[in-house]
Amino acid sequence: MKKWGVIICAIFLAMTTHAQHIEVCSTCTISTLKEAINNAQRFDTITVKPGTYKEHNIIVDKPLIIKGENYPVIDGELKGEVFTIVSDSVTVDGLFIINVGTSYTEDYAALRVKNSKYFVIQNLVLEKLFFGIYLEKSNYGKVYHNKIIGNAVEEYNSGNGIQLWYSNHIEIEHNYVERVRDGIYLEFSDNCLIKNNVSANNVRYGLHFMFSNTDTYQDNTFENNGAGVAVMFSKHIKMFNNTFKENWGTASYGMLLKEINDSEIIGNTFEENTIGINIEGSNRITYRNNDFVKNGWAIKVRGACYTNTFTENNFLYNSFDIAYNSKVNDNVFDKNYWSNYTGYDLNKDGIGDIPYRPVKLYSYIVNRTPETIILLRSMFIDIIDFSEKVSPVFTPDNLLDNNPQTKRITW
Amino acid sequence: MLKILKYSFFDLIRSRWSYVYFAFYLLLGVVLLFLNNDLSKAVITLMNVIIVLVPLIGTIFGVMYYYNSKEFTELLLAQPLKRSSIFLGQYLGVAMSLSMSLILGLGIPFVFYGLFKSNAIWDFSLLLITGTFLTFIFTALAFNIALSNDNKIKGFGYAILLWLLLAIIYDGVFLMSLIFFEDYPLDKLSLIGTMLNPIDLSRTLILLKLDISALLGYTGAIFKQFFGTSFGLIISFIMLIIWVILPVMRIMFKSRKKDF
Amino acid sequence: MVSIENLHKSFGKNQVLKGVDLSIKNGGIIAVLGPNGSGKTTLIKSVLGMVIPNKGTIKVQGENVKKNSNYRHYIDYLPQIANFPSNLKVKELIKMIKDLRKNTNNDQHLIELFKLQPFLDKKLGNLSGGTKQKVNIFLTFMFDSPLIILDEPTTGLDPISLIRLKNLIQEEKAKGKTILITSHIMSFVEEISDEIVFLLEGKIYFKGTITELKNKTNQQDFEHAIASILSENHA
Repeated sequence: MKKWGVIICAIFLAMTTHAQHIEVCSTCTISTLKEAINNAQRFDTITVKPGTYKEHNIIVDKPLIIKGENYPVIDGELKGEVFTIVSDSVTVDGLFIINVGTSYTEDYAALRVKNSKYFVIQNLVLEKLFFGIYLEKSNYGKVYHNKIIGNAVEEYNSGNGIQLWYSNHIEIEHNYVERVRDGIYLEFSDNCLIKNNVSANNVRYGLHFMFSNTDTYQDNTFENNGAGVAVMFSKHIKMFNNTFKENWGTASYGMLLKEINDSEIIGNTFEENTIGINIEGSNRITYRNNDFVKNGWAIKVRGACYTNTFTENNFLYNSFDIAYNSKVNDNVFDKNYWSNYTGYDLNKDGIGDIPYRPVKLYSYIVNRTPETIILLRSMFIDIIDFSEKVSPVFTPDNLLDNNPQTKRITW
Repeated sequence: MLKILKYSFFDLIRSRWSYVYFAFYLLLGVVLLFLNNDLSKAVITLMNVIIVLVPLIGTIFGVMYYYNSKEFTELLLAQPLKRSSIFLGQYLGVAMSLSMSLILGLGIPFVFYGLFKSNAIWDFSLLLITGTFLTFIFTALAFNIALSNDNKIKGFGYAILLWLLLAIIYDGVFLMSLIFFEDYPLDKLSLIGTMLNPIDLSRTLILLKLDISALLGYTGAIFKQFFGTSFGLIISFIMLIIWVILPVMRIMFKSRKKDF
Repeated sequence: MVSIENLHKSFGKNQVLKGVDLSIKNGGIIAVLGPNGSGKTTLIKSVLGMVIPNKGTIKVQGENVKKNSNYRHYIDYLPQIANFPSNLKVKELIKMIKDLRKNTNNDQHLIELFKLQPFLDKKLGNLSGGTKQKVNIFLTFMFDSPLIILDEPTTGLDPISLIRLKNLIQEEKAKGKTILITSHIMSFVEEISDEIVFLLEGKIYFKGTITELKNKTNQQDFEHAIASILSENHA
């Protein structure tokens, strides 16, 4: 409450102190941003007229609104960082920032917010960048509607699109990030909301999440990223209604969960990924109402996963529904729809009369000798899978969905 | 040859078996589409049917036709016709009438279902193309078996055995050897193993469409090149064509030497 | 017409023809006789190119039969067992054979002769054995080829058709054609053939007229003459 009070006070103060309006253009008296910032008073508005401004290391050290008209180009000339914001209550809006310097020792960003609060970064277009928007120990900010187009090819010499480091209470919405290393990267950042973003064609992860708790991400689309989305060492994460698509490759996942606890994964769509969700050491997670469509493996469980529940999900045409690498199972599968289910429903209650075994013997064989994937859908494989189904030897015999649905679940 | 082909074809498309075959596919298509109402599932089921049943029917039908028309073949042999054109004509007649039953039988329900508006059309076309290739390959193999065995019972026996071998036993041995040699790099071996069996080859071709996500999970570079680019598709088709040409050439060779 | 030199053929270990030399002049009816397994059918099939000889040359009208199909334009052949694609109609079969060889106008006359009119629209699979044989004969005589080969032509024919067949053969002979027949029915052979070729154990044992054969074996009767050859050689 106190924080919001401060914001309102600040706005009130800004309005009452007759905020100045400063214009920057190539023919104006003030022709550079740096000059404008130097001349500006706290809470002034700087309007940047269309044109190209070859500047870097622009330090914003007072509360200002920097607003571009018709996307003026701020060209960093590959010399280093372009904007560094070190003051609270800064708004940067409507700029086209290009040519951020690349360095192996420093993480140059198109725009960095450092130890500040109440910032708004919106409507930016970033191209030819190293890091895009870098939030460092900054809280209560908003990152809205930015477009970040990188040209990353290799992991080692590229940066992330939107990076949060020790930054809490940040809202990241409606951004579009492509061809950087990690589309959105969070480290030690709690209570963030990541919503309605699209992160595609990135070299590594569409979203990368480390040691960040109580965050929500919803309605995002992660498509064709080198390794999908990685969520690691975090708890109380809510993942709702996201789409994970076409993340293809050997170490590629729709979503990689590692050491994630007490989280909810609801209403997501995993479509045509090599592995829909790869789970390692993650406990007490609820998976509900997710669609797993045409993935190589819908879910791959790699051990040390306990008390997870998978209910009312749709498993549609995956090459493998579930893969396990151990014989022990402590997770619950119930009331899911499995398109590979071949049982019957004599009493017509919508629940198959015989349980479904989502783990096939063949998935063990492939796990052991990956080349055997070439025999997928062979009749011989069907025969050995069938015999395993009848009397499980290699697969956990309690890994069953006792109430397989006979119709696709809608919600 | 074209004349023989024409008459064998007309003879066959009026045979009861062609209708049975056609009706079977028609029924299968209708059941899959209209009772299940799930196009993706239908395509997957069809794939299983095609790679198992088409070779079986192709072999049995080919052998059956050859033995049944033996006397007629002798009549033709006394005509001023080249031997190779007689047998090629008959072979093409059988293969084409079977393919037609397959394509029409499955095609009609799919067209009624609204295939042309659906994006499954490529998967489906691939299924039919593969099915046609398998028909041509296994009919040719059947003719080879029949040409080499005058004894009908033996011929049928070998035909069934060939099918069992290629459809099931081969994969079993293949799987065992992959597991047995798992310490060695296997991606080349496994691809070669696939190429040597037309059923596996067709299966792989369909996998490229249906299970590409899973296939790309494997590390091997050759695998990746094979499945990740159009390379795999092209090679598979070339191999399928070779698989048609080789037995057909043997039909021509064998028929030239054979006494009737 | 046909000249065969040093013809050898074996099926596996079984030597069927062991050096057959035979030349057949233009015109006349020649019957090829011999006990079962003597190589009659093999000889005929060699001429037709259906059996590929191990050794020796066969010439028909001066054309070597090896790797050649064109010479069969000179030959009409009646196979022993007639089996046709069962789903074709008689009419279609006739059309097809005409299509495969060359057009002919002889067919109308023959259809009438064998009373095939009512069967033209029937499928071949539904015909009786005798009718099939009629169709078979019909197909053979449809073309005006100089050499006619008949393999057991009398099988399954009713007496009337048999008479018609004999007439037909005589008619063709009158046109100056060469007719090669195999048959088990001795009376039939005796009645129509001008010359016989007797095969025994893969070789030609006798070639000449029936009278010559009777003289050679000192038998009055043709059947007995044949029987005496066989008993002599197997005694």
